[in-house]
Amino acid sequence: MVDEDELIPISALQHVLFCERQYALIHLERVWEENRFTAEGNILHERVDIEHHESRRNYKAEYGLAIRSLSFGLIGKADVVEFEKDDAGRIVSIVPVEFKRGKNKEEDPDRVQLCAQALCLEEMFDCEISEGQLYYLGEHRRRSVEISEQLREKTSGLIERIRIIAASGATPEAVYERRKCDRCSLFDLCMPKTVDGGGKNVARYVQNQIRKSLHDEDTCKEDV
Amino acid sequence: MRKLLNTLYVATQGSYLRKEGETVVIEQGGEKALQLPIHTLGGIVAFGNVLCSPFLLGFCAERDITVSFLSEHGRFLAAVRGPVSGNVLLRRTQYRQADDPRVTRDVAKNIIEAKLANSRLVVNRAIRDHKERVDDSALSDAAAQIARYLQQLERAKNADEVRGIEGIGAALYFGVFNHLIVDQKHDFTFSERNRRPPLDEVNALLSFTYTLLAHDVRSALETVGLDPAVGFLHRDRPGRPGLALDLMEEFRSVIADRLVLSLINRRQVAKSGFKRAENGAVIMDDKTRKTLLVEYQNRKQTEVFHPYIEEKIPIGLLFFVQANLMARFLRGDLDGYPSFFWR
Repeated sequence: MVDEDELIPISALQHVLFCERQYALIHLERVWEENRFTAEGNILHERVDIEHHESRRNYKAEYGLAIRSLSFGLIGKADVVEFEKDDAGRIVSIVPVEFKRGKNKEEDPDRVQLCAQALCLEEMFDCEISEGQLYYLGEHRRRSVEISEQLREKTSGLIERIRIIAASGATPEAVYERRKCDRCSLFDLCMPKTVDGGGKNVARYVQNQIRKSLHDEDTCKEDV
Repeated sequence: MRKLLNTLYVATQGSYLRKEGETVVIEQGGEKALQLPIHTLGGIVAFGNVLCSPFLLGFCAERDITVSFLSEHGRFLAAVRGPVSGNVLLRRTQYRQADDPRVTRDVAKNIIEAKLANSRLVVNRAIRDHKERVDDSALSDAAAQIARYLQQLERAKNADEVRGIEGIGAALYFGVFNHLIVDQKHDFTFSERNRRPPLDEVNALLSFTYTLLAHDVRSALETVGLDPAVGFLHRDRPGRPGLALDLMEEFRSVIADRLVLSLINRRQVAKSGFKRAENGAVIMDDKTRKTLLVEYQNRKQTEVFHPYIEEKIPIGLLFFVQANLMARFLRGDLDGYPSFFWR
């Protein structure tokens, strides 16, 4: 069981999976940069984030449902949770549905997020969830995702990793990887190129600058 | 690099700012004078009697847009921001490091080294650009002496020694500052730095420009989660933004002073644009203030090469970059604070 103060936002799982330093910047350092992707994501979620529900006979859909699991120490919101009931009103199946920008990416972050939602719902409704669904707005269709044993292990492994980083309170060192870093919304705050390895030796940098300043007068560019 | 956003300066007395959808509306005399999308703004600075609706303030706080209120003459009154951003762990680290004499010496030393190198550069450029019109020997002499003190800094044993050398360096620099004025010399004469209140036109321009710089540096520090009040070079004093003043040292000469000098030397300001109050304080009129604000904004768009991150960036982003380098140093990503050297 986890103290309510220490609940991990489900979104942190995606961040830590993408980059441990990004997770720390967002959740430990609390710096946040909006970029095009996050802004688009917000607009998308405004549509589904309003708490309301929809019901027909034997079926109910909850939008923007607040969910949590004290045993895994997770907290978050599910875009949509669909409840199927039998004629006696007992819940027979629960399916979390997550809305995503773009097209099916077959990427783990989306699946991990869905799995984390399933873990929460299982605890909240004391049930077993075998599948979730990802709805990609770019292709207007849902895809079923199996909440497999393997996916569960991956998800709980990430939760464990988050606990370790959070407990240390230290932001992992930057490692510059072009493919990842150049599209990361936190690039300017992370400074991966600047602080990766070569980010040491500030004393030498300052000495060099002084030397240049004292001797290379001609480097002065034209006055503005 | 992150985008440099505009700062909205509102100096028209009696203006009312309010939020309308995702825009800020400026009303003057009950009429809509201007409407701007809020996402294009990085900050709002209101001078004197300017009102702001609470909803606009809340929206700005949410979007990390600093709203500062200054007196009509540029004295800082208050800033409005949302819940403290950033991390308490970073601020605790900042406080601990600021209490460590070795760290304060190292950070103060790097900052003042950059300050002296930069102010020396301003002097040397005046010699190069206006050789026939300046007192060449006085300026070269000052530059040479500043260079000597710059080299002495390396051996400073503690922050107090750094402060001492800074004092001498500043005296040498301001000692020849009047020589840097090459046009309108009779109307704009600088004899010494005074600020409470500024007693001549040059000091009025300098003080006002420093206020603008302080506002920008302070917001940059808050953006990266640092406490602008706790510095390394400037000792804590209630109400004083010590760390903001620390970081400003690197920028004063190359950004603020050069801006003031070029306003005078290019005749963009004139003596008639100032008035003298009973107490001897010299204050600029609305037109002069507007000219300065516009030129300051323009200057922020100008790109410079940053020798540590090795990138060309607009001057307006320098504050953010230095604040972030400070945060990265305090967090242990860097083994020192890399101050900014103008090239």
